[in-house]
Amino acid sequence: MRITCPHCGPHTSEEFSYLGDATKQRPQGTLDLKVWNDYVHLRANPHGTHRELWQHGPCRTWMVVTRDVTTHEIFAVERVGESN
Amino acid sequence: MRYSLLSVIGQAFKGNQGWKPAWRDAAPKAEYDAIIVGGGGHGLATAYYLAKNHGLTNIAVLEKGWIGGGNVGRNTTIVRSNYREHTNIPFYEHALKLWEGLEQDINYNAMVSQRGVLNIVHSDSQRDAAIRRGNAMRLNGVDGEFVPRDKLRQMVPEMDYDNARFPVQGALLQKRGGTVRHDAVAWGYARAADMRGVDIIQNCEVTGFTIQNGQVLGVETSRGPIKSRKVGLACAGNTTKVASLAGLRLPIESHVLQAFVTEGIKPLIDHVITFGAGHFYISQSDKGGLVLGGSIDGYNSYASRGNMPTVEEVMEEGVALFPMLGRLRILRSWGGIMDMSMDGSPIIDKTDISGLYLNCGWCYGGFKATPASGWCFAHTIAQDEAHALNAPHKLNRFETGYLVDEHGVGPQPNLH
Repeated sequence: MRITCPHCGPHTSEEFSYLGDATKQRPQGTLDLKVWNDYVHLRANPHGTHRELWQHGPCRTWMVVTRDVTTHEIFAVERVGESN
Repeated sequence: MRYSLLSVIGQAFKGNQGWKPAWRDAAPKAEYDAIIVGGGGHGLATAYYLAKNHGLTNIAVLEKGWIGGGNVGRNTTIVRSNYREHTNIPFYEHALKLWEGLEQDINYNAMVSQRGVLNIVHSDSQRDAAIRRGNAMRLNGVDGEFVPRDKLRQMVPEMDYDNARFPVQGALLQKRGGTVRHDAVAWGYARAADMRGVDIIQNCEVTGFTIQNGQVLGVETSRGPIKSRKVGLACAGNTTKVASLAGLRLPIESHVLQAFVTEGIKPLIDHVITFGAGHFYISQSDKGGLVLGGSIDGYNSYASRGNMPTVEEVMEEGVALFPMLGRLRILRSWGGIMDMSMDGSPIIDKTDISGLYLNCGWCYGGFKATPASGWCFAHTIAQDEAHALNAPHKLNRFETGYLVDEHGVGPQPNLH
C-alpha cells in the first residue's frame, strides 16, 4: 500500500502511523459517560469505504485517508484541517 | 459412526470405502430453540456445549461459507494459558483443560500436542515481567516456570543467544501449552455437535434480524427466514457487520493478521517459541513446515490478505531469533480478519436485545480459547447469564471502566 502524503508525495505505508476512524469527533462540553464511551470505544467499522487518520512519520503531517478496507484502494488523502 | 481402532481396522479391509461424511449437510428448518451465527471454531463449540451441557439439541449453526474456511483454519494453532490478569487466567486455563480432554470428549483426533510454550526474554526488565507473569499464573494454579539462559540453551540450541541487540536471557515456559491441529478442531466439533442433533447449515448468510419489543424472534438468511428466540453471534471479523443488522454498535475494529508456513524440513523446533523483542511466534507442524506469524498489519481491513511491510517485519524478527530461517522458503501465507476489541480482551455477553448474545473481540488470540469460549457462551445463552469464568468479559465494561487490558495499551486496537 502506498499513501500520497500531502506534503511529501507518494511513500510506502510503513512510513505512516495509523490512528483510526477519522469520523469520531471529540465531545465538547459534556461529561456524559455514554457520549464519551461512544467517542473512545464504539466504531462503525464499515465494510467498504473508511475515513481514517494517518500520520507521515518523517514530516509529521496528519492526514485523513479515504480508503476501501476490502481492497486497500485509496480514493483521497486530505491534510487534517482541510478535510472538513 | 464412532471412530475407534476397530473402525479403522474394519475400514482397512473394506478399502476405506465405507467412511460416512463426518456431519450431515443439513437444510434449515423453520424454527430452532437456538441459532448460532458463525460456523467457526467458537460457533461449533458453542453448539456442541449447548447440546452436551445444557440439553439443547434443536440448534442450528449458520455459516455463510463452509466449515473450516474462516479463522479457525487461519491461525498458527497455538494453545496456552500464560496470561497475567486474574480476569483472564481462569478463563484461558479452563480452555487449556478442555483441550487436554478434547479428543476423548469429541471422539476425534485433534492432534493436541503439549510441546511447551517458551516466551523468550531479552533484557532484565523483560525477565522481571516474565517472572511476575509466571507467578501470577502459579497463584491461579497454572503451570509456569522461568528457564534461565544456560538451561534454555540445552533445550533450544538452535537460537541465536548472542544477537548484539537482542541477546537471549531466558524464557518463561508453560509446559502444558502447545499446538492443536486447527482444521481438526472445526471438523471434530462439527461432527460431535451433529451427532447430538445440531443442524450445521453451510452457505447460509444472515441478512437481517426479526426483533419485536426488544426481543429477538429470528433471523433472515440467504436461505429464507428462520425463527428462534435465542440467537448467538460468533462471527469474528464480521461481527460488526452482522451486529449492525440488529442495530448494535460495538467497540470492535476489523484488522488483518498474516501467517506463514515454510517448506517442510526435518524436526528443528520442538516447542512453540515467541520472540520478546518484537512480536513473533513460531512452531513446527507435524508435516515439517515451520508455522510463523507476528502482529496485525495495523489498520482497518476486511481483505484476507496483508501488505509487504508486515511480511518483512515478521521475517526480520524470525531471522533475528533463528538465523538459519534465512535459508528457508515461505511456502504459503494467508490473512485472517480479526475482531479487535478496544481493550484487547474478548466479549462474551448478553446484549440489550433480549435473546441476542454476543461472542467477539478475540484480537487474534481466539484459537486457544475455542473450547472455553464455546463452553461459556453456551452457558450464557442457555442460562441467560454469564458464567463466573466469562463474567469479566462484559460488553458494558467499556462504559463502566472495568477494562480487561492485558497489555495496558489503552483503546487503540491496532496496538493489541
